[in-house]
Amino acid sequence: MTQQKPIIGCLALQGAVELHRPHVEACGATFKAVKTPAQFEEVDGFILPGGESTTMLKLIERFDLWDVLAKQFAKKPVWGICAGSILMAETVLVSLPSSSRWRASSEALAPPLSRGQALGSGKDEPQSGSHMDPRRLSVPSERRGDDRPVLQKSFGLLPITVQRNGYGRQIDSHHALIDGYEVSLIRAPVITAVDDSVEVLARHEDTPIWVKRGAYMASTFHPELTQDFPSPMHKAFIEIVRSSVQSAS
Amino acid sequence: MSDKTGSPNVINIKTGLAEMLKGGVIMDVVTAEQAKVAEDAGAVAVMALERVPSDIRKAGGVARMSPPEVIEQVMEAVSIPVMAKCRIGHFAEAQILQAMGVDFIDESEVLTPADEEYHINKQTFKVPFVCGAKDLGEACRRIGEGAALMRTKGEPGTGNIVEAVRHMRKINAQISRVTHMDESELMSYARDLGAPYEILKMVRAQGRLPVPNFAAGGIATPADAALCMQLGAETVFVGSGIFKSDNPEKFARAIVKATAHFDDPAIVLEASKELEGVAMRGTEISEIEEPMKMANRGW
Repeated sequence: MTQQKPIIGCLALQGAVELHRPHVEACGATFKAVKTPAQFEEVDGFILPGGESTTMLKLIERFDLWDVLAKQFAKKPVWGICAGSILMAETVLVSLPSSSRWRASSEALAPPLSRGQALGSGKDEPQSGSHMDPRRLSVPSERRGDDRPVLQKSFGLLPITVQRNGYGRQIDSHHALIDGYEVSLIRAPVITAVDDSVEVLARHEDTPIWVKRGAYMASTFHPELTQDFPSPMHKAFIEIVRSSVQSAS
Repeated sequence: MSDKTGSPNVINIKTGLAEMLKGGVIMDVVTAEQAKVAEDAGAVAVMALERVPSDIRKAGGVARMSPPEVIEQVMEAVSIPVMAKCRIGHFAEAQILQAMGVDFIDESEVLTPADEEYHINKQTFKVPFVCGAKDLGEACRRIGEGAALMRTKGEPGTGNIVEAVRHMRKINAQISRVTHMDESELMSYARDLGAPYEILKMVRAQGRLPVPNFAAGGIATPADAALCMQLGAETVFVGSGIFKSDNPEKFARAIVKATAHFDDPAIVLEASKELEGVAMRGTEISEIEEPMKMANRGW
């Protein structure tokens, strides 16, 4: 039986799209930049690339792609990188833009997270051992009366909590090593809590940075900025896509 | 930071942020309110300024780095990256911007140059820099100094796209020439362009600039954005074009839409219909006296 090359679609509304091509191709898969519903149909798995999560959210809503994408994500593997991991997280906390303090943006909708979870500085108080808040903050799509976004909307594919820009601004961007493979954290989010069902594939400064559950994978770092092809993360994701294609046929 | 990082195969962390801004629109804003409008419209970053280029042109005098309060208000207002401009060669202004924690510094010809001989040594900064260029030589010099991102100079504050197109076309043509050169031709071309040889070698190997290349200067409509993107720009800067238009909110959204779908004329058409107002009044380049041309600042 000849095995068809899986097609990996990278959501190309905005962000670092083309850098994935050599990694995906080095895994023996086909790479496609996708931005329309017809293109979404053609792919076997999605990469939600790095970029600006705020911008991507606005564009997904503006172009009426929310429901189409949600349906696609329900049946195909998805890997979210940095901004993409924010789109996948069940709970997204919004940090104060210019400082490392967190805005406990949940107060208007749900009981706030415990102080350690919501107000810790992330770096100094690693959330090791913490798990999902049992109250499971639901992610609202509506806005508060004063028109400020509260918890950021997301597809909620992975039961994790993510703090946007968790390390700070660009000046705090840095590299990290995962089993000898160098990766970049750029204005990266921090995963502050994971459900017990989520597998943590790598940690950095005691915080999970690469996680997976079933066919959904998220990384807060960028393996695509490293030009050793393919990255271990691309390999892992394309394995997920291959087995999903096989089990479907 | 781990001390074992620093592989030459890893794109530098400063250029990494530029990669994340691809396929987007970066908007000039002068207040926190404008920054919110830009963010809501889908801007991928904002440039915090005291005045947009067309007003800088009108005001005359010396244009300097914006007061820190203006930039701080914008940084407080939005979660997308915030850029700010310093004068060409004014490394002390750049140091202030870095100390404030801005995400990107534009060493910009829109402001009055502080040094006619030297640009800032951008290698020594942790914050990434974007610089303007009219041709490949200029782009390579800035990259040699450590710029993480290039943009065309265009002619800022004019609402006239012709100069940005000229610069984009020229850089494309020169890159195309370089890709066909052998070693000895390349050295002589490096001399002619005044470009660092090592950077030019990277251009030849990659068939493109070794850092992302955005368009700026005179973009005023969705069609302008689509034009720049099709000419190879990877993101567009819109200066006066949005907040000097009739309807900033609509213009901002329409330009974002046209940029994301620059290769689909039907969607660019849709975006053009959604403007509900007229674009900023443009300026014919030949009406600008030579010393007033911003693109001639820097070298």
